[in-house]
Amino acid sequence: MEDAFVFAILTVNATVRVATPLILCAMAGLFSERSGVIDIGLEGKMLAAAFAAASVAALTGSVWVGLAGGIATAMCLALLHGFACITHNGNQVVSGLAINILASGLTVVLGIAWFHRGGDTPGLEATARFMPLALPMARAVADVPLVGTLYSRLISGHNLLVYVAFSAVPLVWWVVYRTRFGLRLRAVGENPKAVDTAGISVTWLRYRAVMICGVLTGIAGTYLSVAHNAGFAREMTAGQGYIALAALIFGKWRPWPAFGACLMFGLLDAIAIRLQGVHVPGIGEVPVQFIQALPYVLTVVLLAGFIGKAVAPKAIGVPYVKEN
Amino acid sequence: MAMAHAAARDVVTPEGAPPPAAIELRGIDKSFGAVHANNDVSMRIGAGTIHGIVGENGAGKSTLMSILYGFYRADAGEIFVAGKRIEIKSPHDAIAAGIGMVHQHFMLVDTFTVLENVMMGAESGPLLHASIQKARGELTRLADDYGLAVQADAIAGELPVGELQRVEILKALYRDARILILDEPTGVLTPQESTQLFRILAALKERGVTIILITHKLGEVMAVTDTVSVMRRGQVVADRVTRDTSKEELAELMVGRKVRPTSAPRRDVAGEAALTVEHLSLRDRLGVERIRDVSFAVNAGEIVGIAGVSGNGQSELLEVLAGIRPPTSGGFVVEGREVTSAAPCGPDDMRALGLAHVPEDRQRRGMVAPFSAAESAILGYECEAAYSRGLFLDTDAIAAHCSQLMERFDVRPPTPEIGSGKLSGGNQQKLILAREIDREPRILLVGQPTRGVDIGAIEFIHAQLIALRDRGCAILMVSVELDEIMALSDRILVMFEGRIVSEVAGRGADARELGLMMANAHADKRERLVS
Amino acid sequence: MNTGGQDLPRWIDIGLIPILNICMALLVSGVIILAIGEDPLEAVAIMVRGAFGYEEGIGYTLYYATNFIFTGLAVSVAFHAGLFNIGGEGQAYIGGLGVGLVLLAFDSVLPLAILAPLAILAAAIFGAAWAAVPAYLQAYRGSHVVITTIMFNFIASAVMVYLLVNVLINPGQMSPESRQFLPNGHLPFMHEVLAWFGIPFAPTPMNVTLIWALICCVGVWAYVWRSRWGYELRTVGHSEPAAVYAGIRPRRIIMVAMCISGGLAGFVGLNEIMGVQHRLLINFTAGYGFTGIAVSLMGRNHPFGVVMASLLFGALYQGGAELAFDVPTISRELVVTIQGLVILFSGALAYMSTPWITRLYRVLTAGRLAPAASEA
Repeated sequence: MEDAFVFAILTVNATVRVATPLILCAMAGLFSERSGVIDIGLEGKMLAAAFAAASVAALTGSVWVGLAGGIATAMCLALLHGFACITHNGNQVVSGLAINILASGLTVVLGIAWFHRGGDTPGLEATARFMPLALPMARAVADVPLVGTLYSRLISGHNLLVYVAFSAVPLVWWVVYRTRFGLRLRAVGENPKAVDTAGISVTWLRYRAVMICGVLTGIAGTYLSVAHNAGFAREMTAGQGYIALAALIFGKWRPWPAFGACLMFGLLDAIAIRLQGVHVPGIGEVPVQFIQALPYVLTVVLLAGFIGKAVAPKAIGVPYVKEN
Repeated sequence: MAMAHAAARDVVTPEGAPPPAAIELRGIDKSFGAVHANNDVSMRIGAGTIHGIVGENGAGKSTLMSILYGFYRADAGEIFVAGKRIEIKSPHDAIAAGIGMVHQHFMLVDTFTVLENVMMGAESGPLLHASIQKARGELTRLADDYGLAVQADAIAGELPVGELQRVEILKALYRDARILILDEPTGVLTPQESTQLFRILAALKERGVTIILITHKLGEVMAVTDTVSVMRRGQVVADRVTRDTSKEELAELMVGRKVRPTSAPRRDVAGEAALTVEHLSLRDRLGVERIRDVSFAVNAGEIVGIAGVSGNGQSELLEVLAGIRPPTSGGFVVEGREVTSAAPCGPDDMRALGLAHVPEDRQRRGMVAPFSAAESAILGYECEAAYSRGLFLDTDAIAAHCSQLMERFDVRPPTPEIGSGKLSGGNQQKLILAREIDREPRILLVGQPTRGVDIGAIEFIHAQLIALRDRGCAILMVSVELDEIMALSDRILVMFEGRIVSEVAGRGADARELGLMMANAHADKRERLVS
Repeated sequence: MNTGGQDLPRWIDIGLIPILNICMALLVSGVIILAIGEDPLEAVAIMVRGAFGYEEGIGYTLYYATNFIFTGLAVSVAFHAGLFNIGGEGQAYIGGLGVGLVLLAFDSVLPLAILAPLAILAAAIFGAAWAAVPAYLQAYRGSHVVITTIMFNFIASAVMVYLLVNVLINPGQMSPESRQFLPNGHLPFMHEVLAWFGIPFAPTPMNVTLIWALICCVGVWAYVWRSRWGYELRTVGHSEPAAVYAGIRPRRIIMVAMCISGGLAGFVGLNEIMGVQHRLLINFTAGYGFTGIAVSLMGRNHPFGVVMASLLFGALYQGGAELAFDVPTISRELVVTIQGLVILFSGALAYMSTPWITRLYRVLTAGRLAPAASEA
C-alpha cells in the first residue's frame, strides 16, 4: 500500500515535470490559433528559446537574464512568423515548418561554434538554474500522513517555471474569456470581417496573439534547458512542440481541456518508461513505442471525428485580405 | 460614440433654413481597376427619413455605402454628416460619426452569444464584466423602445435569419448609430419577417434615426421609403420623392432605355420538349429555399429566357439542371432520363445525355485560368477518345481543336498556348461558348452569356445562339440583361424569390412590364406558367 | 499556396523570383557563417569543391539527390492537387519497411531481376498506404491533411522502432537492425555498373535507384501534364468549382494524388534499404522528407525544377559534410539551417519581393510595350 502510494506520487511528479513545457506551448498555440494563425512552429520556438536561455545563463551566470534571452529569442521567431503570415499573407504551414527546421539547424551550428561541445551548452551551476522550491511549511508538515506527504513531495518542490505553467492555465482562461482582448481574439479567429467592420484592426490583434505565443514558448524552452535540465542538448525538444499542438487540438482549442490533454500526454510519457517489461493481463507486454505514439494516434482519431468534433476556429489558416 | 448626438444638437440653424441633411455625398468616385463602380455620385439624405437606393446588380449601390461606412476609400469626393465634412478612413470613423451598417452577409461570430456579438468592439473597458452588465441593460432598453426583442444568451449560429438581422441592427444601435444603412435586408427574410423589419424601421424613424435602404425590390421602396435615388452603372440617374413616383417609373429608370439590337425572326413552331422541369425545389445548406416548386419545359428549336434580378434562384436553377447540385425535391427529365434527388445525375452524365452548359461564373467554373486556352477548351471533355493517343493526351489534336474553335468563334488572339486567364472577358466567353456549341448539344444551358463582354463580341455571341437554336437545340438562358432576354428569347419566364412568377411571349414583350415582373410588382399576378 | 505576381511575365515568375529567394537564403546563411567567425566565401568554395570537385564528392551528391528527387516529386504531385503533403518522412520510412519485408522474405529464393521490381512495388504500395489514411480523412471527413500527416510521421517512427527492436531485429545483435540481405537483394552501385563498362569511378552510395528516380521524373511529368488523369488532378488543384463543373470528383482525386505522393516518397526506402544499407534500420530517412518540401518549393513543383533543386540540395548536403570536416567550428547542421532559410524564402516569403520587382519591371518596360488590349 505504501509502495503503491509512493509509486503514485513519483508518477505524478514525473507527469508534472513532463507536462510543464507541453502546457506552456499549448497555451501559446492557443493564442495564435484562436486568432486565426496556424502555428506548427511551437517546436522550433521552444528549441531556439532553450538554446538561447542556456547559452545566456552560461555566459552571464544569471538565470533571470537567461529567461529573458529565451523569451526574446522565441519572440523574434514569433514575429518572423507573424511577418510572413500576417503582413505578407504567406502560407502559414510553410512558415511554421521553416522556423522549426531553421531552429533545429541554427541551434546546433551556433552551439558547436560557440561552445565546442557537439551541440550542447556548458553545464549550468545551480545558481544559474531554476532549482526546486520548497513551499512554505513543506518541511513542517512532511510527517503528517497523506496530506503532509502530498504537500511536501508532490505540490512543493518544483521549480518556479512549473508553478508558472500551472498558474498560466487559469490566467489564460481568464484573459480569453473575461477580457475585452480575449473576446476580440476569439472573434478574429472566427470571422475577421466582423472584427474589421466593427472598426478594430485585425492585423494588430493577430500580431499581439503571435507575440504572446512567443513569450509562452520562450518560457517553455527556458524551462527545458535551465530548469528541468542543466543545459541545452541538441534536439532536446524531441517533438514536444508537436505533442503540445496535438494536445491543443485534442482540447479543442480551449484552455482547460488542452491542459487536461497535456496532463494526459505527460502521464503517458511518465508511464511509458515504467511500463517497460511489465505484463498487462490479457494483452501481454505493452510496447513502449505504442504508448509513445498514443498522443498522435488519439489526435488523428479526434480529427477524424470519432471522438466528437474538433472544430478549429473558422477563419484559421486563411490570410485576411479585404476583397474588392 | 455620443459625437453624433452632440453634432445634431449643437448645430444652430438660422430661421427658415432647411436643417442640414443627415448625410450628404458630393462627387464620390471609385474605381476598381477597369471597373468604374461609382461615377461622380452625389446624394442628399434628409435627417429622420427613410431613403431608398435602388438599382440592379452592379449599379454601384453597395460600393457607395461601403465607402460611407469606411470599408473602402473613395478616389474622389466628400462626405458630410449633419452638415460637417468628415473623413471616413475606416469603419471606426464611421461608427464614431454615428453611422451603422447592416450588411447583406451578416458580420456575426457564429460561436458567440447575441450579447457577445453586440458587445464585441464596443466594450466599455478591458474587463468584460462591466460591458456585459451595460450591454444587457441596453439590449432590454432597445427591445422596449424599438420592438427589437432578442434572446441575449442564445448562440448566434443557432438563430434564425430574421433574428440575426435584428442582432445586426442592435449592434448598430448599441453604438449610438443615428444613421442606419441596410444592404438588401429582405433578401433572406420571409414575408412575415420583412413586415416585422419594416415595423422596426418605422419605430426607428420615429426616434429620429435616418435610414438608408439599399434594395432592388420596388414594392418595398414604395411601401417604406420617403425618398429614393435610382442608380445605374455607377451613376445616380434620378432622385424622387416616393409618394410622387410609381413602381413603373422606378422600374423604367432602373432598367433604362437602351437601344435594342434587332431581334432575329422568331420561330412560331418549336419542336418537342427536350427538357421538362417538374416541381423542382432546392434548399441550400442553411435550409433556405432557393428554388420553389418550379415547372416548365424547353422545346427543341426554341430559346427560353429566364429574366430576373440576380439572386432570385436562377443561378441555383442552372446548377441543378447541369447536374452540379442535386434537387431537394421534384426533378426534371432529359432525353427520357428522370433526374431527382433519389436518382441524381452528375455533370459528366448530363453531358453524355447531350446537355451542354456555359456557366455564369466563367472565371471560376467555366475555365481554369492558369491553364492554356487549349486545355480550357477541353474542360469537361478531357476523357474523350478524340483527345487521347493511347494513355496520354493528344496535345496536337487538342491544340488543333482549340485553333478550330478560335477560328470559328473569332477568339483573339487565336493562339491555343495562351494562358486562359490572359484572354479578355469577351474572348474567354467566346471560347467557352465555342467549346459547348461545338458539341452540337441537344440542350444548352447558358448563364449570363454576355456579362463583361464588349459590344462586338455580344453581337457575335447572340448570332451564334440563334444559329444554334435554328439547328434544333433547346436553349435555356439566364440573364440579368433585359435587352438580351428580349432580343433572343422565344419565351420569357420571370423568376422572383425562387418561383416563376410569370411567362410572356418573347415577341412583343414590353421592357417596363418585365421590369415590374422582375420586382414582383406587376399588376396581374394571375399570369402563371401553364405547363 | 499563395499566388501573386500574375502580371509578371512567366520568366520572372519561374526564373528570377526563385533565384532571388535562394540568394536571400544564401545571404542570410553567409551572415550566420560570419557570425560564427568564419569566412563565407571560403565556406562556399569548400562546399563547391566537396560536392563537385572530385569523384567521390560527385557520387555522394548524386546519391543524396536521388532521395530528394523522390520526396520532391511526392510534394509536387500532391501540390498540384491543392494538397500539402508533409508526411513524406513517414511515407518514406514505411516504404522502406515494405522493401525490407520483401527482401527479408524472398532474398533467398528469388533472383535480383525479380526482387527489384517487387521491391519497387512494395515501396510504392507501403508508402501509398501510409498516405492513404490522412488522404481519406481529408477527402471524406474534412480533417486537415497537414496535421494528420505530421502525426503520421511520428506514428511511423514509433511503429518502425517497435518493429526493429522487437520483431525484425537480427537475433543476437544489439542494434535495432534486421539482418543483412543476401547479395541478390542488393541493388548494384553505380560504380559497379560503371565498372562493367570499364569506367573507373570512386565507390560511393550512389546506385541504380538514381536511374529509377529520373524515370519517375519523366513519369510524373507525363502523368501530370500529358495524361487526362493529370489534367483532372490539376483542375482540382486550381479550381474545385471548375472540377465539379467538368464532372470530376474532387474526393477521388485527393485520394489518388496523395497515394501517388506517398508511393513516390516510399522510393526513398528503395534507395536506402535496397540500394545502400542492405538491411532495415531505424531513421534512415534522416530528414529527407522535409528536404523534399524545400526541393519542391524551390523547383516550383515541376519535375525539371525538382531535379535541379535536388542537385543543389545534394550538393549542399555533401558540401556541408566536407565543410564540417574541414572547418571544426562549422557543423553539418549548417545545411539544415540553409534548408530552413530556403523554405522560408521560397515558401512563406516567396512573394515578398514581388511588389518591388513588379514596380521595377514596369519602370524598365514603360514605353517599350504597346498598350495592352483594353477590351473588357
